[in-house]
Order: sequence, then structure tokens, then C-alpha cells
Amino acid sequence: MDDDRLTGACRPIRSEERIVRQGSDRNGRTKAVASLFLLCPFLVSCSGIQSALDPAGREAADVATLFFTMLLGGAIIWAGVVGLLFYAARKRRVHSEKNAGRLILWGGAVFPSVVLLALLSYAAWLMPNVRPWFQGADGGMRRIEVTGEQFWWRVRYLDAGGAVAFETANEVRVPVGERVVFSLKSPDVIHSFWIPVLGGKMDMIPGRENRLTLQAEKPGTYRGVCAEFCGTSHALMAFTVHAMQPQDYEAWLLARRASSGVQDAEGLALFLKHGCAACHTVAGTEAQGKIGPDLTAFGERGSAGAGTLANEVEHVARFLRDPGRIKPGAKMPHFTMLPEAETDRIAAYLTGLK
Amino acid sequence: MKSFIPREVETLWTLFTAPVVWALHFAACYATVAVFCAKRLPASFSFDSVRIVLFVVTLMALGVIVFAAWLAWRQWGFGDDDPPHNEPTRDSRLLFQGFATLLLSGLSFLAVVYAAVPLMFIAECQP
Ligand code: HEC
Ligand SMILES: [Cu+2]
Repeated sequence: MDDDRLTGACRPIRSEERIVRQGSDRNGRTKAVASLFLLCPFLVSCSGIQSALDPAGREAADVATLFFTMLLGGAIIWAGVVGLLFYAARKRRVHSEKNAGRLILWGGAVFPSVVLLALLSYAAWLMPNVRPWFQGADGGMRRIEVTGEQFWWRVRYLDAGGAVAFETANEVRVPVGERVVFSLKSPDVIHSFWIPVLGGKMDMIPGRENRLTLQAEKPGTYRGVCAEFCGTSHALMAFTVHAMQPQDYEAWLLARRASSGVQDAEGLALFLKHGCAACHTVAGTEAQGKIGPDLTAFGERGSAGAGTLANEVEHVARFLRDPGRIKPGAKMPHFTMLPEAETDRIAAYLTGLK
Repeated sequence: MKSFIPREVETLWTLFTAPVVWALHFAACYATVAVFCAKRLPASFSFDSVRIVLFVVTLMALGVIVFAAWLAWRQWGFGDDDPPHNEPTRDSRLLFQGFATLLLSGLSFLAVVYAAVPLMFIAECQP
């Protein structure tokens, strides 16, 4: 069952070529390839749909800059310390006690204090960019309310007046080049909302509403995750993020509001007959349950089970037969008592919803 | 001045002066901003006023720490003698204590400055 779980993108990145080229002779090449393998775990996390170091949004770009600045500074200091270490170990020169004392004072006390002060100031100065705050954010800015629930995401698009325009789940769509305010909530335990390519994470705390504003700059499909342990299936609580061109976004909003699940009467009948409607909503039908994820236009989603499975009939069928086997602790009952033909039929109905 | 400051202070308490000032300054900064943001009262009091008040508090804290450091420096004999002061004598103990207090004052000074840096950059209370 692990093999078909969606994983984050793990493709090796650009520097492959450069590293290999460094080795001139055969031996060097082998060494270079070996070091490339050693570097793999670090390099794969540098790019892709879920990397804070491959930013597609303003806040994330600042976070990445901060990271690389600190990395560079840390590398220089590390090299200096290691250099001193070699110097101390190799050369047996005698230094006066006074000089040694000076080195400790300047190199061991003054230098680190000044460097830390500079780093702290830089990071604190970046803070308002990384966590921008806008007075009266309700006026004018687009708002999306996201609720973290064990182990999925309830997503509500609010209209200009702050009323819920429609609800969906496990997928967030944002327009490119426009700032969006996320209202983050939780009914059960603490979750944390994190779209690494767009910005920093923010906790979702029961009884509170936290605000996070993000601005996507590059259109694309990304991945968000829950970044605070929230139960057995915490690691299987992810979502898809689509950053879309503004006109596509508007078109999608309109289409999504008009979406309904009545085209496939037979599938819908089975869905209703087996009680799915107690927890799930499919717009335009009798199914108006609010306990589980809204399934309107479910077929459009990039994944099923909150970023856990590919959104294909066989996987969805497997999920709804026994959700707890795929996501331990999931709050949906199993349906193993239904004939497989029927669960397959329902899965086909759901993946066909647009 | 001379009449105010005793010629010699011989107690372990001077050792803790600077760290205690650091702790109080830290608590004052965090509590003030937190209470201000939670209550938002009175409305005429802006966040910049909080910033200025805490800036003054910071200067006062630094002043006390510098004074404690000066006392310690004096006790250490203004650096006449080099550490380690590890003889089992009263003199050595006094010098050691003076030196330790001086170092702690330096640490506390830095810590107070670091705690105050974010004050300059925090934009506003976030609800
Ligand atoms: C008791 C309430 C309940 C009932 C009844 C129920 N579900 Fe669910 N369902 C849930 C919950 C809760 C989740 C979220 C599970 C998770 O991902 O942690 C869920 C998730 C799903 C998902 C994945 C949604 C997504 O966005 O990936 C599908 C598909 C689904 N249910 C279909 C069904 C079908 C079909 C039935 C009827 C056979 C059904 N459910 C009955 C509560 C319920
Ligand atoms: Cu979670």
C-alpha cells in the first residue's frame, strides 16, 4: 500500500552536472559520483513542490534568502574555526599568553556577540516581510478559511462580505500575484498549516483564529502539509495547492459554484443509499453532511484522502472500503460490508465529479 | 558620589545583580507587549508609545548593569592581577568574585540588548 502513496517530489537537482564535471580523471569521477550520492539527501530537498528553498511566493523567497545568508555566514565561520584548529594542531609556534588572551577576547567574545547581533537584527528586520500584517485585512483582500481536522482540511472560500461562498476540502487554490488572507482554525487539536513554497507555517489552535497572508508569484501545483503532530495519521495530512493565473482563478470560482453532482444518477443513488450523505456534501444533491470533507467536484482534486492516494477509482474504492487501514485513526467508518461492485461504482461516481 | 557608594562591597549578592536586571527587563518587555496587545487600552496609547517606554526601560536596565560592572571591576582591582584567582585566601576570593561578576555583567548587557532588538522591528499587535 505504500507504493502508490503520493510522495513529495524527490528529483535530484541541477548541480548534478557541475559536480560530475569537476572530476578530471577516472578516479576523480568516481569520487565525484560518490560524493554526489552522499549529497543526495540534501539536494533532493532543495527543489520541488514542497521545498521552502524553491520558493514560489514572496514570503517563502524571504525565508530562503534568510536561510542561505545564514548558511553562508555559518560556512565561513566554520571554515575559519577549522582553519584555526589545523593551525593549532600543526604549527608548533609559541604565542605569548597576552596574545592568546587577546584572541579569546576578540575571537571568542566580541566577534560572536557582534555577529549574533547582526544576524538577530537581520532576522528581526525580515520578520515583517515574512509575516506581513495588514490593518483591516478584511476589507478588500481575498479570504480563505482553512480548518485543520484530524486528518484532513476543510477549506471555505469567503466572498467579499465574509460569508461562505462555497466549501471544499484538501485542496487550496490561490490567484497568482494577489495577497490572500488565510483564517486558520481547528475544532479538535493543534494543527499547523504550511505551504513551504509559499511561506512560513502557522499553527491552527482550537478556539482561536490565526491569520496568515500569503502571496503566490509563480503559477503551479504545490503541496502543503500539517506541520504539528496531531495524531496517528498526522503524516498523511497534506493538501494540494494550485497557484493560478487570475483570470483562470475567477473562471474556476464561477465554475465551482455552479458544480453539482447529479449527472450520474446511479452512482448518486448508491452514495445516498449507503449513508455517505450523513457526513459528506455533494452540491446540488440531497447530500449535505458536514462531518467529513465536502466531496463536490471531488474528481478535480489532485489526490484522495488528504494527499495520501492518487485520485483514481481503484484507490478511492480501497480508501472508502477501509479508511482506517490507509489512514490509521481516520474518522470515517469502514464499508467492507458492501459488495465490491458497489464501492467501485461509488468511487467511479466520485472521481467523475467535476 | 563617594558618599553613596561604599568603598567595598563584600557579599555574594552583587554577583547576581546583573542577571537579575536582565531577568526583570526580559519579563517587563514580554509582559508589557503581551498585555498591551491583549487589552488594547487605552486607545490613545499607540504601539510606538510602548516601544518608547520599553526603550527607556532598556536604557535604565543597561545603566544598572554598567554600574554593577563598574563595582565588579573595582573589586577586581581594575584588572591589576590576572586570573585564575585560585589561592585559598580572602584576597584571591574577592578578586575571583569581582572577575566573575564582571563577566556576568557583560553577558547580561548583551542579553538585554538582544532582547530589545525585536522591539525596533515588531510592526504591530496581531490579533
Ligand atoms: C461518519 C462520517 C462519515 C461517513 C458515514 C462517510 N465518511 Fe467519508 N470521510 C469522513 C471523514 C471524517 C473523512 C476524512 C478522512 C481523512 O482523510 O482523515 C472522509 C473522507 C472521505 C473521502 C476522501 C475525501 C478527500 O477529499 O480526499 C472520500 C472519497 C469519502 N470519504 C467517501 C465516502 C463515501 C463514498 C462514503 C459512503 C460509503 C463515506 N465517505 C461515508 C467521514 C465519513
Ligand atoms: Cu494535523
